[in-house]
Amino acid sequence: MTLPALGWQGLVVLVVFGVSLLIATYSTYAERVIAAFLQDRVGPDRAGPFGLLQPLADAVKLFTKEEFFPAGANRALFVFGPCLAMTTALMSSAVIPFGNVLQFGETVVHLQGIEINVGMLYVFGMVSLGVYGIMIGGWASNNKFSLLGAIRAASQNISYEIAMGLALIAVLMISQTLSLREITIQQASAAPFVWQDIFNWNVMKQPLGFIIFIVCAFAETNRTPFDLPECETELIGGYHTEYSSMKMGLYLFAEYINVFVASAVMSVLYFGGFNFPFQYDLRSWLVSSQGLELVTAQNIITILGLVGLFAKIFGFIFFFMWVRWTLPRFRYDQLMRLGWTILIPLAIFNIMLTGGLITFGVIK
Amino acid sequence: MSPLFLFLSFVALLSALGVILAKNPVHSVLFLILTFFTLSGHYLLLNAQFLAAVNIIVYAGAIMVLFLFVIMFLNLNEETEPHKPTLAKVAAAIAGGSLLLILVAAMRNINPAGYDPATFDSQIGMVDRLGLVLFQQYALPFELASVLLLAAMVGAVMLGKRETGERNF
Amino acid sequence: MTLAERAYLPAIFQGLTITMRHFFRAATKKQVTVRYPDETRPFSPVFRGLHVLKRDELGRERCTACGLCAVACPAEAITMVAGERKKGEENLYREEKYAVSYEVNMLRCIFCGLCEEACPKAAVYLQADKMAPPRFERDEFIYGKDRLVEPVSPDKRSKRGIQLTPEQAEKLRQKQLT
Repeated sequence: MTLPALGWQGLVVLVVFGVSLLIATYSTYAERVIAAFLQDRVGPDRAGPFGLLQPLADAVKLFTKEEFFPAGANRALFVFGPCLAMTTALMSSAVIPFGNVLQFGETVVHLQGIEINVGMLYVFGMVSLGVYGIMIGGWASNNKFSLLGAIRAASQNISYEIAMGLALIAVLMISQTLSLREITIQQASAAPFVWQDIFNWNVMKQPLGFIIFIVCAFAETNRTPFDLPECETELIGGYHTEYSSMKMGLYLFAEYINVFVASAVMSVLYFGGFNFPFQYDLRSWLVSSQGLELVTAQNIITILGLVGLFAKIFGFIFFFMWVRWTLPRFRYDQLMRLGWTILIPLAIFNIMLTGGLITFGVIK
Repeated sequence: MSPLFLFLSFVALLSALGVILAKNPVHSVLFLILTFFTLSGHYLLLNAQFLAAVNIIVYAGAIMVLFLFVIMFLNLNEETEPHKPTLAKVAAAIAGGSLLLILVAAMRNINPAGYDPATFDSQIGMVDRLGLVLFQQYALPFELASVLLLAAMVGAVMLGKRETGERNF
Repeated sequence: MTLAERAYLPAIFQGLTITMRHFFRAATKKQVTVRYPDETRPFSPVFRGLHVLKRDELGRERCTACGLCAVACPAEAITMVAGERKKGEENLYREEKYAVSYEVNMLRCIFCGLCEEACPKAAVYLQADKMAPPRFERDEFIYGKDRLVEPVSPDKRSKRGIQLTPEQAEKLRQKQLT
């Protein structure tokens, strides 16, 4: 890779970083508007047109609030907790392939932070580290409710990671690679029959696995109905009871970034990533009837694919919020029972089913 | 030796020392996590991406969370730590020193084979190659280990299952 | 429970459709929310709000300090001191007896309107479009004649019980002249 290409790739990394933050910022706004609409309310509409400046107002509020350290708190770890939560959340978006390649003359830009051939494991590892931010913050607060929230977060994340990993294994059996880019590309279809594009998406081959995965994603991101670590009715605020100011803001931000990453991972693994229906037809149409060069046509397809992937991601983010304002919270024993006695056996069954179907050549 | 290797080794040694020297057990666990991270960095330098990722997922992501979990629950600190008799301390020092001696003695006789840059396969640590080795040469141990893990998981599920007649809240 | 119930999913989808229906209702139809500072809900025609002591057509106070309102008041919120009209004050007070002071304690008042019904001179009314505004101090809730009597000149008019600023009064005067 030449240096200019490396420079482009660095730019992509920065853009991914910025976009993650921007989406997290506006997720707070979207959450409030969606919550309001689902409850027949108006939602924030004071700051700017349609309340679009609300996140800015929130940021100003969070920054100007008092930095509070509870008595007996471990100050270093109290600050370290939210930083860690934010860092791990941001790191996981690095390997997600947001788009195919853009080509300008000699320069080829991959719309992906970094491509590593264990991309899926990388995301999985970062997600599993995310719980440290919550645990350290909860413990360092020197508050029993915070500690209980931290303990709940830890046991919940570990329990649901198992089912999540088992659901992933079924995807791996089909795709036979760990690279997120290759998994995406495999879901494209050059078949002339246009709707085959959608039938090639992994969700068509792994409906059960997808349901398991999305339930686990809800648990891993601590979203309702599994937001036990911050359950207000039992634990006041859970792990962030003692937090105020921007440290609190970082925790909330990390949650939204996690939601964004989870949505992106689900879009890539199960919903074809940057592939969209008719893409090859569109490209050949652009080349044959519009007289564009193949490279230009491919660039257009790439940008449309990027837009398509973000549409899928926003759809999932909306789904996260939709579910949050629909379902009540699980009780803790129900949560554990669901994870251990329903999802894990189901995921193992799904692996066996997938293995059988592959053996008999039903899916490949 | 690349500067990255030196840096990683430095951090690894420092955090490993931190594990045993830290007064607060929670700090010890956090240092241990940092040590695992630097080890993963070493794996990456050796071009073993799979091992690096799995090290983070399994050790840093799962096992250390459980360590932290238990330590936080017990809320260990200096005051609650029982005073150890001098005899035990001396015995521990002797035992640890002998272990170090044995390890150093064992390491002295190891003659690293080195590698030939011409024939060295840089892809040897990649997932697919590792998978081939695991499933061809070591299929039986691998399967036995997986059955063991599955049995443990099923056992955990069975422990968590509601027994008949148990009150359903 | 049947298997379908135990699987949660049908019930979850049922719930999701319900909330989605509300989402589209909120997004498309007119919302029921009144955006308060921008738009206010109209008062009911029988609303009883802040008291006012009326003047007659010649600008004279109607109140004759008979005390019937104070007697009728179930919350005992009204106190008054009667005085005799002197010579030269005929253009100020309609009757020979008038209220030197007339106070309503808005913290006690229950806005029942019995004073309005008891008044033989049609002097006290509870306005249909003004509320007793919130205040910071307790003594500010005791409304004297300065705030209760209907003002003659625009300078002394008030809006919702709060004295008009000179600019607002000037605006009002311009309106009256035209």
